Order: sequence, then C-alpha cells, then structure tokens
Amino acid sequence: MSSNSQKKGFGATIWDYLTTVDHKKIAILYLISGGFFFLVGGVEAMLIRIQLMKAGNDFLSAGTYNEVLTMHGTTMIFLAAMPILLAFMNAVSPLQIGARDVAFPFLNSLGFWLFFFGGVFLNLSWFLGGAPDAGWTNYASLALASEGHGIDFYSLGLTISGFGTLIAGINFLVTIINMRAPGMTYMRMPLFTWTTFVASALILLAFPPLTVGIFFMVFDRLFGANFFDVTMGGNTIIWEHFFWIFGHPEVYILVLPAFGIFSEIFAIFSRKRLFGYTALVFATILIGFYGFMVWAHHMFTVGLGPTANAVFALATMIIAVPTGIKIFNWLLTIWGGSISFTVPMIYAVAFIPSFVAGGVTGVMQAIAPLDYQLHDSYFIVAHFHYVIVGGVVLAILAGTHLYWPKMFGTMLSEKLGKWTFWFFFIGFHLTFFIQHFLGLMGMPRRVYTFGADQGWDLFNAISSVGALFMAIGVIILLVNVVMTVAKNERVGNDPWGDGRTLEWAIPSPPPFYNFAQTPLVRGLDPYWIEKMEGNKEGMVYAEPLGDIHMPNGSFIPFVISLGMFIASFGAMYFMDDKAWALPVLIGGLAITFGSMLVRSLKDDLGFHVTKEELIADNERIQREARALEGGKKGGLK
Amino acid sequence: MMKGPKKWRLFALMTALLVFLSGCGREEISTLIPAGKVAQDQFNLLILSSIVMLFVIVVVTIIYVLAIVKFRRSKVGEDMIPEQVEGSARLEFIWTAIPIVLLLILAVPTVYSTFDLADVTAMDAQDEDGAAENLTVNVTGKLYWWEFEYPEQEIITAQELVVPTGERVYFNLIAADVKHSFWIPSIGGKLDVNPENVNTFYLEFDKESSELEEGVYFGKCAELCGPSHALMDFKVKTLNREDFDAWVAAMQEEQAAPTETVAQEGQEIFEQSCIACHATNAAGAAPGVGPNLTTFGDRNTIAGFMEHDEETLKNWIADPQQYKPGNLMPDPEEINNGEPFSDQELDALAAYLMGLKVEE
Repeated sequence: MSSNSQKKGFGATIWDYLTTVDHKKIAILYLISGGFFFLVGGVEAMLIRIQLMKAGNDFLSAGTYNEVLTMHGTTMIFLAAMPILLAFMNAVSPLQIGARDVAFPFLNSLGFWLFFFGGVFLNLSWFLGGAPDAGWTNYASLALASEGHGIDFYSLGLTISGFGTLIAGINFLVTIINMRAPGMTYMRMPLFTWTTFVASALILLAFPPLTVGIFFMVFDRLFGANFFDVTMGGNTIIWEHFFWIFGHPEVYILVLPAFGIFSEIFAIFSRKRLFGYTALVFATILIGFYGFMVWAHHMFTVGLGPTANAVFALATMIIAVPTGIKIFNWLLTIWGGSISFTVPMIYAVAFIPSFVAGGVTGVMQAIAPLDYQLHDSYFIVAHFHYVIVGGVVLAILAGTHLYWPKMFGTMLSEKLGKWTFWFFFIGFHLTFFIQHFLGLMGMPRRVYTFGADQGWDLFNAISSVGALFMAIGVIILLVNVVMTVAKNERVGNDPWGDGRTLEWAIPSPPPFYNFAQTPLVRGLDPYWIEKMEGNKEGMVYAEPLGDIHMPNGSFIPFVISLGMFIASFGAMYFMDDKAWALPVLIGGLAITFGSMLVRSLKDDLGFHVTKEELIADNERIQREARALEGGKKGGLK
Repeated sequence: MMKGPKKWRLFALMTALLVFLSGCGREEISTLIPAGKVAQDQFNLLILSSIVMLFVIVVVTIIYVLAIVKFRRSKVGEDMIPEQVEGSARLEFIWTAIPIVLLLILAVPTVYSTFDLADVTAMDAQDEDGAAENLTVNVTGKLYWWEFEYPEQEIITAQELVVPTGERVYFNLIAADVKHSFWIPSIGGKLDVNPENVNTFYLEFDKESSELEEGVYFGKCAELCGPSHALMDFKVKTLNREDFDAWVAAMQEEQAAPTETVAQEGQEIFEQSCIACHATNAAGAAPGVGPNLTTFGDRNTIAGFMEHDEETLKNWIADPQQYKPGNLMPDPEEINNGEPFSDQELDALAAYLMGLKVEE
C-alpha cells in the first residue's frame, strides 16, 4: 500500500483526491481551492479599485458594485483566508505533534467538501440572477430588503461551508488534545500547533452564533419568519450582535494561525528558540479569550448607550497588551540570532511594522468617541486591511513558501518569491496607508462612487495604483508555482537547513503514514535538540517498528456535501413556487442522510501497513535521499 | 495670564496647523478640520492617541531596525549557532506594564468623552413659559434622502439641514426603511439611524456655513443602505441665531404662489403629478413620501448630490433611476398618464421648483 511511490494516471489521481482522508492531501485540496477563491476575491478587489480610480467613474453600476464589494469580503474571509490557513493546519500540525493523521480523518474530508460546495454555491450566485449585495456583514434590514436570491446564496452557502469549518475546528481540538506523541506536552508544542489549537477553540465557540443568525435569516427570507422584520416586531440589532459575536473572534481565528506561522519562521530563520515561549503561549490564549468580549466595538455607533460603549472600549484596549507581548517576544527572538533573509523570513520581517500599524489604529478605534468619526469610513477599511493583509495574507504568502517543500517536495523559487514580495508589499502599503486619510477626510466606506467636489480624487488614484502592484505580485507568484511544478526538483527532509520541529525530521512530502515509528519528544523544538546532539536520524523513537493501522479513503464525504449542495437549491427556489423545488430539497437531503446512514451501518475498519512494507518503504526513502544528496549536496546550503 | 508674545506664538502655531490641515481634505467634510465641539473633542482624542501610538511605533521601530541590521547572518557568520535564550521575566513584565500605563492614559478621556457626548439630559429642558430651551431636530433616513422635522417650530424640510450656530442642537434619529447612519464629518461623529429605535445625540456648530467655499457642510449616510448609498448625501447650512430665527419664521409662513406664467404652468403640472408625495409647504406638514420641497430653490444640490441648475433638474425628473439607482421616485410615465414629460412640461416644472424659496 505504499501509494506514494507509484505513478498514477490522471483519472486515478482525481479519484484519489475525491476520496482521500489523508490530512496532507486534504491540505493540498484546501490550498488549491482556497488559492482559487483568493484569485477570485482578488479580481473583485481590482474591480473595486478600478471603479474608485477617479471621481464619478461608471465602470461598475451601483448595484453591481455592491455585489462585488460583498463578494470580495465574503470570499476573502470565508473562502480564501480560512481555507488556506486550514491547509497549513492540516499539512503541518499533525506532523508537528508526531501524529499519523488527525483524530477523525473521515470528518476532515467531510469538512473540506462542505466548505468547497458551500463556496461553489455562493459563487454560483453570479450566474444565477445576482450575487449578495448587503456587504459581508449582511446587516438585516438591508438583507431583508434585498431583491433576488443573492442574500439566499449568501446565507445557504455560508451555512454549508460553516458546517465544514466547525467540523474542522472540532477535529483539530481533538487531534491536538489526544494525538500528541509521547513527550509532546502542551508546553512543548510548536507555536503553530498552539495557535491552531486556540483558533480551533474559537471556531467551536464562534461559529454557532453565526449559524444561528444565518438560520434566522434563512427563515425570514425563505419561510416568512419575522426575526428581523421590524414592522412585525422583529429586531435588526440582534443580527448585528450575532454577527459580531462571531465576527470578532473570526478575526482571531484568522490572525492567530498567522501568528503561529510567523513564530515558526522567526525561530527557524534566526536559528534561535522562540524568546518567551511561555509568554507567547499565554498571550495566544488571552487574545482568544478576550476576543469574545469585545464584539460590540463594531457597534459603537449603533446607539447601545455610553455604559456599554465605555465597557467595550476598555475591554478592547486590553487586547493590545497580549498582542504587544507577542510583538516584543518576536523582536527578542531575532535579537541575538543569526537572521537569514529567505522569502518566508522577509515576509515575517515585513509583517511586524505592517501589523503594528494595523494594531495601533485598532487601539485608536477602541476609543469609542473617536470611533464615531472613524467607524464605517475608509479609516476602518485601511485598518482591517492592515490587520488582514498585513497579518493574515503576509502569513499565507510566507507559509506558502515555507511549507511548499513539506507539502509538495519542491522549493518555490526564492528569486521570484522576492519579486512577489516587493510588488505585493509596496503595493499593499500604497493601497491602504492612504486610505486612513481618506477616512479622516470624510469618505464613507462601501460607496460606489464619489463626487469630484469631495477632495478625495488624488488619494483614491494612488490607492488604485497600489492595488495594481499587488496584482502583479500575485501574478508573479502564480508564475513561480507553475515553474516550480514544471521543474520538479526534489528536496530533502529539511530544505531550509534550520528546521526545529518534527515536520522537518521526516521526508518532503512525508510518507502517507507520516512516522514509521512514533517519535519521542524530549523538549521544545525536538528536531533541533536531536540535531544539536548529533543524532543523524533527527528523531528518537517511542516505539519499536511495527504494523500501523490506517483509515481507508471514502467517497461518502463528497456525497454528503453534494446532497446539501443540491438541497440548497431546492430550499432557495421553494419560495418562487417552482414545482421542482420541493422534490429537489427532499432529494438533496435524502442523499445527505442516506449517505450518513451508509456510513453508520457499514463497518470500515481501515487497513494495516505491515512492518515489512514499512521497512521496504524506508529503504526506498533512504535511497532517494542518498540520490538527492549525491545530486546536489543538500537543499539551501 | 497670557502675554502678547505668547499669544502670538500660539496664533502662529494654530495658523501653521491650519495650513497643514487644509492639505487634509475639504473644510466642508474633513474630520481633520473640526467645526464644532463634538468633532473637536474627537479630533483631540485622535491627536492624543496618535501621539501615544507614535511612541509605541518609535520604540518598536528602534528595536526592530537594530535587530535586523545587527544580526544578519552575513554579519554574524554562516556557522554561528546563537545562544538558545528561553526568555526574561523582567522584560515580559516591562512590556506588559508599559502598555497598560499607556492604555490608562487613553482610557480616562475615552470614558469621560463617551459619557459626555451621550449626555442628552438637557434635551427636554423647558423654560418658564414651557417652551423648549434647546433646538431639537427629528431626522428620518429614507431611501436615499433625509427628512428634517423641527417639532417645536412645526416645520419640515429635507436634504438641507438648517441649524443655528453656537448652541447645542439635539437630534432624534430613526430610519423609515433600512438602516442608515447620520454623519456630518466636520461637525461630529456618526450615529446609526436604526429602523427600530430612536437614537439621540447632540452636535454643536461653531461657524456659519456661508464662510465656506461651498456654502454648506457635507453630510453623509455612513451605513450601506442599497445601490445609491453613495449618493445619500445631505447638506448642512449653519446660520447665526438671528438668521436662523428669520429662516424659521419664513418657513412657518404660507408660501407665495408663483407669478411668472411658466412657473404657474409648472405648479399646475406639479399639483397633478407630484403633490401626492412632495409637499411644498413647510409649516404643519406631515412627514412626506418624498422630500418636502418648500426650500427647493434655496438648496445647493439636486437630489442631494448634483449641480443645482435647471438642466440637471429636468434630467433628474425625466429619469430619476439613471441618476440615483434604486430610489423610490416614480418615472414620469407612472405619474403623468403613461406619458413622459414633454420638454415644455419639464421647463415649466423646473421654473416652478426653482422658484420655491424662503430665503431672499
């Protein structure tokens, strides 16, 4: 069953990915689909910047512009940033804790396919009568007034993909609690695993409020309920609360794994253990904890009253403290180290000033009376792009370069990577820095046009030029990916040369069972410890070589998700009195529940990789490693 | 007490600041050129927090630049293995404590100002005669225009808010349809206009708007409310108390009928087609389906954002959806027996509407 070595046909490869439950392949699926949606969201961003390039532009109509801005935000948050981070979580954290897979491989696959079908459903709105147009926040009064099915695509699509994310979060929680290798205590876990853990806890607690809110929205729009209908005694502010009780932790769901990636990078490329590891861990937990107590700072202007505003203002300010702790610990990690400016490290170094800028404007907005001016202006647009792009997207780009060899066994070009970096980084600051001032100059957000008499022309033009730079950077990245895949130059276990954690002790990409023998962890940065002690194997083992139990692949997750995808169309067109809607709704649900039933009734006990197969596989791996060494004398060095 | 030279220095400083700031947007709309107590308080908070944050940025930058310059691998040697430092409790304490102190510096004015700006206790105060001591304006946000009702004065206007300078003006805000947000950047921060509850706050207007280049402050809707959200502008005219009283008195009077024949024809068409939604009498009028047009001729814009001339007005009436997509004003065909307005009818309507004035 050592499937890694065999060359397969195209059809067989597709089938393999449709049915895989291997966390490493699911990671690749997340990366590809998240990457695709990132490009879609990027195109939408470019449309926005073209429209706002000059005063009174008529490139997009008012209604289309609202659809584009809604889909840009929704796509980037739910369909690009989260899945790409989930790709890294899948690819790396089981390896970092010395596990052979996640706790629930079947659910892992189900989580991906639910996200995927939810995302596809949402984007089909473009072709089926119009995309959602009430902003990614989908405030209730506007959402209920919105004509067509755009908002229904939003609420049903996010329900499906939200299930997927929730499942993924639960899976990582269980995995990290239960599947750590012997000796991998909590306080020896790599920081990326820690942030995965805390972000998963946030997913578990934050997604249900969103699900409830969206559930109300679906019932209001499709089945005539009145949760948000003011004329019937409903209340639209409730939606805002639900949304932001989810929405604020969501920011940390995105940014904590980003912090995790940067923590790994700072340690690796400074050749130094993370400074203040304990403080970094507790800061992560604190940020996650406070993340639930500050949602109303998105609602300072709603009219909650001075007491609520003051309390939430102070609570919000407190978050600056653990965030500051992180920044200073990173700085002290590189202090006294030996910094190698590889592409991942350049991103990490660029992240610090970018994120500090986003952080300080966050504190400014925590000052409630000042926020009355900043809220819903371009200042806010600048702020959250500094946090999301300056934090999360830089981490995604850094992580792509850092983990590409571990995921695919090849290295992205450093040279092209630096080109991408400079275009993207300069473009990013050019686009968004000036937007702070646009906001202060009175420009509200989400406006499809502005008059020439408002004094905003020049800064908007500069901002649009910056967006072009970012687009060029992304295009160079694509070229880089294509060239790397075409060249297919294989790399060894530790291509960066200074890996510290377990994933760098095993081949790139790892065999499907990850570890032939479960490692024994003797401290923080286990691989570094073994390297420093001259252990050529890079690991000590906690068990003798023996048979390994692995799960079988399954097509059922795909079918369950497909059933929900089909049922959504039935639910959506039910209100239009389409005769086929009800059968489609019932049929879709039948597919979903039927396949769940099959899964429940049919025993699938998995299979064993025998000791002999493992030995044979190991010899092959050794042989390939030797060939690689002989070929070009190691990776980077 | 301030002496001459010191005063002069302060004045020079203020002028320099003003010149610097005039590069930061237009006086009519920029939060950086505050023209009232509320905006001024918020601007002061902006400056205070910027200074504190600048301090943070400088500290981070110094450590950051030193670190990436001093510890590059090319400088410390290819094979150097750095000491694996675990951390430092003292440093952790320092960078926990200092930010807390900085936040406390910000927290005190934040809490004070939050309560101060929400203080509307004087709103219903009455003098000995039972008349309200303060001006209150009821604002209603509608798709995509603003209605301003002065309950005490029993007048209604739309699209251009007229207020006195130098006193506190209280506002009640509510939305008639979807959520909006009421924002006059140079006067003070925004407050949401919710469909389910009345929000209340106050603003102060320091300067007469006639001193501005455009003659009015710019107001905005700050909450996405549909396709024409970007066009849901209003204007603010600030008058000294005397002029304001005169304006109110003029509004309360019965408006004179037009004298020109063209305008009279326009009035006839208006009374057949438009009057169902648009009132032309500010006094005692009920909230309208469409904007009250009593002051139409005095206004600075058409539909809140377009040039105030007859040509634009005629285009607007002939095809409102083209200029403000999604607005609720019917096309001419719906109100004119299935026919578009002829050029002649449009001329007449424009002449009539432009003649609707309360100011001389």
